[in-house]
Amino acid sequence: MELLESLLDAWPQLWSGIQITLGLSLGGAALAFAVAVVLGLGAISEVAVLRGISRVVVEFFRGTSLVVQLFWLFFVLPQFGLRMDSMLTGIIALGLNYGAYGAEVVRGSLNAVPKAQWEGTTALSMSWVTKMRRIIWPQAWALMLPGLNNLMVMLVKGTALALLIFLHDLTFVVDNLRRTEGTYFAFGVGFALYYLISLGFSSILRALELRAQRKLGLKPTRAQTTKATAGAVA
Amino acid sequence: MPTDSGSQPQTSAPGSGDTPRIVFDDVVKKFGDTVVLNGLNFTVDKGERVTLIGPSGSGKTTILRLLMTLEHLTDGYIYVDGDPLTHELRNGKRVERKAKDVANVRRRIGMVFQQFNLFPNMNVLENITEAPVHVLGRSKAEAERRGRELLEQVGLGDRADAHPMQLSGGQQQRVAIARALAMDPEILLLDEVTSALDPELVGEVLGVLREVARNTDITMLIVTHEMQFARDVSNRVLMFDQGRIIEEAAPDVMFSDPKEERTQAFLQAVL
Ligand SMILES: Nc1ncnc2c1ncn2[C@@H]1O[C@H](COP(=O)(O)OP(=O)(O)OP(=O)(O)O)[C@@H](O)[C@H]1O
Ligand SMILES: [Mg+2]
Repeated sequence: MELLESLLDAWPQLWSGIQITLGLSLGGAALAFAVAVVLGLGAISEVAVLRGISRVVVEFFRGTSLVVQLFWLFFVLPQFGLRMDSMLTGIIALGLNYGAYGAEVVRGSLNAVPKAQWEGTTALSMSWVTKMRRIIWPQAWALMLPGLNNLMVMLVKGTALALLIFLHDLTFVVDNLRRTEGTYFAFGVGFALYYLISLGFSSILRALELRAQRKLGLKPTRAQTTKATAGAVA
Repeated sequence: MPTDSGSQPQTSAPGSGDTPRIVFDDVVKKFGDTVVLNGLNFTVDKGERVTLIGPSGSGKTTILRLLMTLEHLTDGYIYVDGDPLTHELRNGKRVERKAKDVANVRRRIGMVFQQFNLFPNMNVLENITEAPVHVLGRSKAEAERRGRELLEQVGLGDRADAHPMQLSGGQQQRVAIARALAMDPEILLLDEVTSALDPELVGEVLGVLREVARNTDITMLIVTHEMQFARDVSNRVLMFDQGRIIEEAAPDVMFSDPKEERTQAFLQAVL
């Protein structure tokens, strides 16, 4: 009961920390996804220049540390007159960094769509946009979701760096609680909440993955299995 | 050795001044250092059905894939209805054509693959209507009406909503044929379309193709080991060896009385 009371006491602070962490996670993930799609498509482009640009950008953001990127955005850019609030800075840093990793997942998944499928689109004279949007991407999507899921969980944990640019995120709040409510309570709650947030995102992405697989007929429902057998016999 | 590249059998359109449907003009295809086609010339007339035979590795698939623009043409030219496909001669120089121009010519060509290549993210009807809607700009209703008609023709009128994976190989291949026909191609390329099928499913696919041959005037280039089928539907048979046409004849002549020793040996082995 003491635990519950402590929790209720701490809840307003915790909630504001959760909001920051969720905001960074969602914003960072949205930007990272956009970056991953653009760079991933660039990486398989027939145009050498686009491939080159994509390669350099991906290597740069993967090869330099997230903390340095964050500090650079937060402390160096303002010296050039570009001042952003902490939240936006955090989202951009997470988006660019995880987007670069995501680009590799996107590229790998697009390449993993069988060559026969690409050739099928050529034989039907599909334009690049039609081929991607209607045929290749939906198949690659099912393949990339497990990788994106991993990155999402890492991104959620990566949001803890936000406290380095003075954001009062979940980690910051938990660290504060340590002083008032004790170490065990604070970090116990911290573990649990991060776990629940990661689990939430992860479950959503897993559901998307299953849906995508079902659309490709990879995980047929029972009704479909019966029909398939009937069809093969017919 | 009866022929070299300089004296390949030339086909002339029998008694017609029409532009041929397909012209291969000194076509060269190399994969790295491997020369597969070394100056290949042949023409196919409008509405003609030509079967390509020859031992494994003689370049039959490569010829079809070059027409479908699935391979890059190393040298020479391919013309469809007189229009250059991927390369053209401009101011005395061989230049690659713009993607848009290539697409315009390629749109007249359809292909059916050995492994069907149906799209697993769509049902049967969507597989067929996808390109008419998004490439030809037809209305969805019109594409579906025609799609169902084609499914009816290939004997799958009741499987429009099925997923490709729920179908047998023979059924999938019939959908693939319907999908190619939905684009109203002038030319249909068939590369061993029954080779991946269980023997008992071959007949239904060949039956559909015989119907297509009977009811349309689509020009067909056929690679097949089904010699009876080739005999029945084709007007002409080309025998390839190492990327060259070593013999060409009407099917009944080719299959019963081949002149070349290599043709005789090849036919003996497959018949
Ligand atoms: N992508 C490729 N890379 C390298 N060599 C290739 C490639 N595709 C084909 N070849 C070679 O080109 C030659 C002709 O191949 P092709 O597939 O056209 O023969 P084919 O007559 O269709 O034979 P088959 O009856 O076995 O299908 C072969 O020697 C083959 O190894
Ligand atoms: Mg072949």
